[in-house]
Amino acid sequence: MAVKGNQSPDVFHRELGKIMWNDCGMARTESSLKRALEEIPKLRESFWNEVRVPGEVDELNPTLEKALRVADFLEFSQLVCQDALERQESCGGHFRQEYQTEDGEAKRDDANFCHVAAWEHQGEGQKPKRHQEELEFKEIALAQRSYK
Amino acid sequence: MSALRNYTLRVWRQKNPKDKGAFAKYKATNISPDMSLLEMLDVINDRLIHDGKEPIAFESDCREGICGACSIVINGIPHGKERGTTACQLHMRHFASGETITLEPWRAKAFPMVKDLVVDRDAFERIQQAGGYVSVNTGSAPDAHSILVHKDDSDKAFDAAACIGCGACVAACKNASASLFVAAKISQLAHLPQGDPERKNRAKSMIMQMDKEGFGSCANTLECEAVCPKEISTRVIAEMNWEFIRASVD
Repeated sequence: MAVKGNQSPDVFHRELGKIMWNDCGMARTESSLKRALEEIPKLRESFWNEVRVPGEVDELNPTLEKALRVADFLEFSQLVCQDALERQESCGGHFRQEYQTEDGEAKRDDANFCHVAAWEHQGEGQKPKRHQEELEFKEIALAQRSYK
Repeated sequence: MSALRNYTLRVWRQKNPKDKGAFAKYKATNISPDMSLLEMLDVINDRLIHDGKEPIAFESDCREGICGACSIVINGIPHGKERGTTACQLHMRHFASGETITLEPWRAKAFPMVKDLVVDRDAFERIQQAGGYVSVNTGSAPDAHSILVHKDDSDKAFDAAACIGCGACVAACKNASASLFVAAKISQLAHLPQGDPERKNRAKSMIMQMDKEGFGSCANTLECEAVCPKEISTRVIAEMNWEFIRASVD
């Protein structure tokens, strides 16, 4: 609320939405994700310099509620892109265009990415730490799924 | 794209419950007729913030007519003049360019003012908590056909269950009666075998809570039915009265 810029939180939310839709949508590439990772910190900086939240802190303040959410989104979207960049395979809703079969299907890399990843916050401006939990399949063998 | 339109808005502004409040006028220029009324308010609020002014507080959530959050009296009618729709489903194409549109909050003693177009509707929650539920063991889902319900009953229960608890019925009523809302909740469960064990207690407790909250009595004006975005029939009020008598005699 101390920023006193002249843009509503919605303006930044829409801008972030465009970045995520274009560069971290259903189909993403190394270059689009890297571009998003350059754009998001810039947008975050302009948010913290140009946002305006009128009203009071101790009264109902929908603009403040929105601003707090957008501030979270501006951090979380960066992590989403970071995670998508690290996972160099296509899997489920994560389709990296570099990793596809000849007929355009998602191509997994079970040798390197048969795990779930969790990111640990390391402080503001620090790269978060990636933790891995291996996926072990005992009853069934891993196979490529076909939706055709 | 259709031609953009211009409107004059007359909006109730009240900073907090202690503030006296007054109407303020705003120019709404270059508004797409494809916008909903709430999207138009989003645009106005963006412009107000840009000019360093405080935006108009209003409530919304789903913006597809099922959550019951939006609550604006538009030109004197809760949710506006279009039948069977909520404020979020009302599009600007229904207003002629140049028109003055008056926006007010729900007004009722039992809905205390919060700010601008936002009132506190917790009274509805407390009425629900007084009996608008079925106490069941939720351990496992029963087979769908294990409790048989007649089609007529399931239809009636479903019609009543369409209530989204927005409070337009209260806002439209000259007595600020919550009868349509409370009756919809009681009727919905009275038609189902699952609601039967707690039927009597439910009718008594919910009606007692309704009175305690300070809502007025029903005078059968039927304004509630006319403005209800889910077009709940006042038939349910007759059912509520019957449920109350039934609960009282034995």
